[in-house]
Amino acid sequence: MTTEAIYTKLLPIVQTYLPEDVVVDQVSPDSDLTQELNINSAHLVDIILDVEDEFDVEFANEDMENLRTMNDAIGIIQQKLS
Amino acid sequence: MKQRVVITGLGVVAPNGVGVPRFTEAIKKGTSGIEYYSQLKELNFSCQIGGIPVISEVKKREYLTELQLKNFNSSGILYGVIAGMDALRDAGIPPSEKGNDPHWDLGIVFGTGTSGVEKFREAIYKLDEGKVRRLGSTTVAQTMASGISAYLGGIIGAGNLVTTNSSACATGTEAIIMGYERIASGKASKMLCGSTSDDGPYLWGGFDAMKVITYKHNDTPTKASRPMSATASGFVPGSGAGALVLESLESALKRGVTIYAEVLGGAVNSGGQRGEGSMTAPNNEAVQRCIKAALDDAGITASEIDYINGHLTATTKDPVEIENWCNALNRRGKNFPHINSLKGMVGHCLAASGSVEAVSAILQLYHGFVFPNVNCEDLHPEITALIASEKIPQELLTTPLKTIAKASFGFGDVNACVIFRKN
Repeated sequence: MTTEAIYTKLLPIVQTYLPEDVVVDQVSPDSDLTQELNINSAHLVDIILDVEDEFDVEFANEDMENLRTMNDAIGIIQQKLS
Repeated sequence: MKQRVVITGLGVVAPNGVGVPRFTEAIKKGTSGIEYYSQLKELNFSCQIGGIPVISEVKKREYLTELQLKNFNSSGILYGVIAGMDALRDAGIPPSEKGNDPHWDLGIVFGTGTSGVEKFREAIYKLDEGKVRRLGSTTVAQTMASGISAYLGGIIGAGNLVTTNSSACATGTEAIIMGYERIASGKASKMLCGSTSDDGPYLWGGFDAMKVITYKHNDTPTKASRPMSATASGFVPGSGAGALVLESLESALKRGVTIYAEVLGGAVNSGGQRGEGSMTAPNNEAVQRCIKAALDDAGITASEIDYINGHLTATTKDPVEIENWCNALNRRGKNFPHINSLKGMVGHCLAASGSVEAVSAILQLYHGFVFPNVNCEDLHPEITALIASEKIPQELLTTPLKTIAKASFGFGDVNACVIFRKN
């Protein structure tokens, strides 16, 4: 799956968890999910569960530690799919 | 100096009416909120009826965001949030703006018996499948006892005491007394007080097993809950939430808001499960002491009580409650105050009962009426031997009320009684 294809599927998942004062246009591949997009860090686990369902993959605890940005997520997903 | 405490906001989610206007209309008419639920039959319940408030998907979204509703499965938190936010809006208290300080002078005591039983069930199934990592981030918040006060505290931005109390069916009345005491002692100027209860089989099952809920009216749900009736055959399980904003008189006058009533005082106690008292039955002396202590705390005499909002669950123990009121107030026959029980219309809303019923009591006090007792056309002879039947109105009675009492009694032999006055 291409980076673009993954990003397209990932964006609506992340969008669900954006605070009300952050719009989806503010999301870029380099956006830090908690620091820049202000997503409640507790919701990172929910994002991962949604990603697992969408891409039929399973994250390890170590993968969660390395997840900071959209690009990190894409990297992990690509690695799992390959 | 002890602060005077008044009620400046009301909210309610009841099986027979969601929101104060609809609920007021329903209780005046004696409208039942009890229905048959086929799920209970499928699960082999003896009692296949109950009281569940009707909340549309649109209504949910007026109170909770899409994100809050994602993986949300806690009816009690939903009911509590709606009732609580309605009461705060009614009192003219808006959510503190994001980035601003919380309302340091606003606290919350919002009780419940259990939280999110459906969510807990969901979690247990996943856990037993070895999928603990699939529980998501909100299982704790939805199933912790203080989930309801935590949700409300976050939405409004409360900065004072934020807690959940739990004393079975006395929970709601106890919450009002706890909030009253905090304001009276000067530790907060506003307290959101109330209680909530989940609905459904996973909460009600234990009561069905105990045979304390009626199995005789699955075909006639609106006739099932029969407080004070000779044919009362057990309570009908209900659910919902009630909420009251308590505020110091000083703060309410300064803000120029509507004052529904004053909280004159109240008392809580326990019978220690001694004497007639047990896990499931009250010690009669404790009940009478609690009522008398509430009168003392309010600084009034028994003769001043115009109306009683009873606990009266529609079990065979209703005559015992009436006798306790008679002995505590030393008033009988035609000298007894008017009395009614909301449970005839909505069933026993368990942890929510005290607050839902307290809202009904305040509405009667403020508007000057006594709602009709339903399903007691055959009054229990032990009750009519104690008090005049005209004191148990079966039609809507329009009459000014000045001083009223609300009591609730719960498993664990715990009691709560509060006195309200319209000035």
